[in-house]
Amino acid sequence: MIWDWHFAGSILPDLLRGLVVTVEATLLGYAVALGLGLVWAILRRSPSRIVGQVVRWVVEFIRSTPLLVQLFFLFFALPATGLTLSALVTGVLGLGLHYSAYTSEVYRAGIADVPVGQWEAATALNLPRRRVWAGVVLPQAVRKVIPTLANYLIAMFKDSPLLLAITVPEMLHSAYAVGAKSLRFLEPMTIVGVLFVIVSVLSSFLLRRLEFRYGNN
Amino acid sequence: MSDVLSSYPLLLRGAWVTIQLTLYGSALALVMAFVFGLIATARSAWLRALGRIYVEFFRGTATLVLMYWFFYALPLVGARFAPMFAAVLALGLNVGAYGAEVVRGAVKAVPKAQYEATVALNMRPGQRLRRVLLPQAIALMLPPFGNLLIELMKGSAVVSLISIADLMLRAQQLRQSTGQTTAVFLVILVMYFVIAQVLQLFVRYLERRADIMLGRRPGRSARSPLDTRLGAAK
Amino acid sequence: MATTDSAADAVLPEDGAAGTDGIRFDGVVKRFGDNVVLRELDFSVAAGERVTLIGPSGSGKTTILRLLMTLEKVDDGVIWVDGRSLSHMRRGDRLVPADEKYLRRVRSDIGMVFQQFNLFPNMSVLRNVTEAPVHVLGLSKDEAVERARELLELVGLSDKADAHPGALSGGQQQRVAIARALAMRPKILLQDEVTSALDPELVAGVLDVLRDIANETDITMLCVTHEMGFARDVSNRVLMFDQGQIVEEGTPEKIFSEPENQRTQDFLHAVLDQH
Repeated sequence: MIWDWHFAGSILPDLLRGLVVTVEATLLGYAVALGLGLVWAILRRSPSRIVGQVVRWVVEFIRSTPLLVQLFFLFFALPATGLTLSALVTGVLGLGLHYSAYTSEVYRAGIADVPVGQWEAATALNLPRRRVWAGVVLPQAVRKVIPTLANYLIAMFKDSPLLLAITVPEMLHSAYAVGAKSLRFLEPMTIVGVLFVIVSVLSSFLLRRLEFRYGNN
Repeated sequence: MSDVLSSYPLLLRGAWVTIQLTLYGSALALVMAFVFGLIATARSAWLRALGRIYVEFFRGTATLVLMYWFFYALPLVGARFAPMFAAVLALGLNVGAYGAEVVRGAVKAVPKAQYEATVALNMRPGQRLRRVLLPQAIALMLPPFGNLLIELMKGSAVVSLISIADLMLRAQQLRQSTGQTTAVFLVILVMYFVIAQVLQLFVRYLERRADIMLGRRPGRSARSPLDTRLGAAK
Repeated sequence: MATTDSAADAVLPEDGAAGTDGIRFDGVVKRFGDNVVLRELDFSVAAGERVTLIGPSGSGKTTILRLLMTLEKVDDGVIWVDGRSLSHMRRGDRLVPADEKYLRRVRSDIGMVFQQFNLFPNMSVLRNVTEAPVHVLGLSKDEAVERARELLELVGLSDKADAHPGALSGGQQQRVAIARALAMRPKILLQDEVTSALDPELVAGVLDVLRDIANETDITMLCVTHEMGFARDVSNRVLMFDQGQIVEEGTPEKIFSEPENQRTQDFLHAVLDQH
């Protein structure tokens, strides 16, 4: 018997604890990505050309370099600057920073979709810049891109195993630990794979319903 | 910093491994994308279901989990993979699933009138696809393929976790030997960035070629960063 | 398989049997959802005949051409082309739904020119015209190129052979599309509102080409058009359609000069008033 059901059952609680950490890191990272991405998107529209260009290349840089390298960079370089964070917090920041490059592009497209007339009307009313963004442009722009933004939640979930590299005890990390201890890798790795597929397929399904709902308005 | 820069042969060797992984991985991904993308446009419901399963499964799982599974779990049932092989397999199958969605979407996006013209000219189903629909669909595939290529290149960094000596692993070694953490990682971030920009230039060149083939004005490529991560999500 | 009964009742002639040339519609019904586009339509077109279909938009004219080109399937009734049914074929003693191979034999006699030209943007003008002759008919490349150059000359576009379709005007594109259809040497040429998508000043050039073809060949033509002058010049017979049925038919002289049916009169008034 290659596959040992009894062993599989006994390690499941450990793996599920790992899953909780995975989900935690994903959700927190997502919050960072949503916030930071919005900041990038607004800065790219800055009246200053320099700010716009700098932000553009920063985002391009983050987007075209590997998350894993960025995680290591934060994990080892931040303490060197005197800022010591836990592995989980570093992981959350890394995930959030990486995905802010993607969400900023989504926001940017949403903002570009807001008709020019809206900006002109806001100018005609002499609204202060802050009100134009908060009261007129963003509410329209964000609503339209909610389904696209939600896609990145699933993408982030699937990238979260990388946090094991900086010792965050997420699900794959737990599986590896269990495997190393018992020298049985088949069950933990397979269970992790299956759990990943279940969670992602379920969330894609929920997402399609969300898309349907927002797509109709 | 100078310690790091003087170790450039080590980093270049790592970069070469990263480039190889990207090439092999994307070759496999391309094959998978076309096979399963075209299957998804087939008339047979069984074939379509097969395509669906491939896409949902490999899109649903993480590359690293897949790679660990190939590398650590499968040898226990007798299938032993070289690390490089496990890595290329995981990267190619994973990105191929996104690519299959791109292929399917692009073939469906060719105007129906083009298909009707091929029927009116009495072409065989294979000819319709090969001579008319695919050449036009490929032009639509290129921008999302370009994004997927960058994703695959970035994703290749995880192979260092199964001890393949790519750029990322070389950086780790260098970090331990020199102790210059910040400098090492800054240098390899820049190297990854350069590789990504070169890949992008290559894809832009292909896009321009496709535009010329379709008689569109060159240099007006419609890149949509929105499609980046999930292929064409819809 | 709504067609099975009526198809089985009908006498099924042998492939290409004598005396069955041309097109015949037997009780053809076509629906799109709840919308009945053709109601038990019967008519026939003899080989070599030029027939024009006129009538208000949505009356089912285009659907007739698309059914003949096998781009749509009938819901009931049978369409015969040169004695072959478009929906069923013989297998031994039984009638079975037509398969692709059989349909390809039937289609080899039919060409179609579309309203929107539908040229292939991934090929030059010349290759648009040679592609199917080479790969469907099996002509050598030289033969196909020679045939294409003759046809491009016929439609007045010899100098555009190497151009890209996108670089041509709508009228030029449509003339290429005509050459492309003729390169397959069809016995029947279907024309689906070939000038409707063109700017007014480009219409005449396309119609002149079609007039020449009508004068110099014996191709069977079935045209859906709003160009009444062209219909009068070219056709032997005009069919007036309304709501999926033929409400009147006759020679162009009769239909255009002394239409009997009220709906034909109303339609012609409406069309001619626009000009």
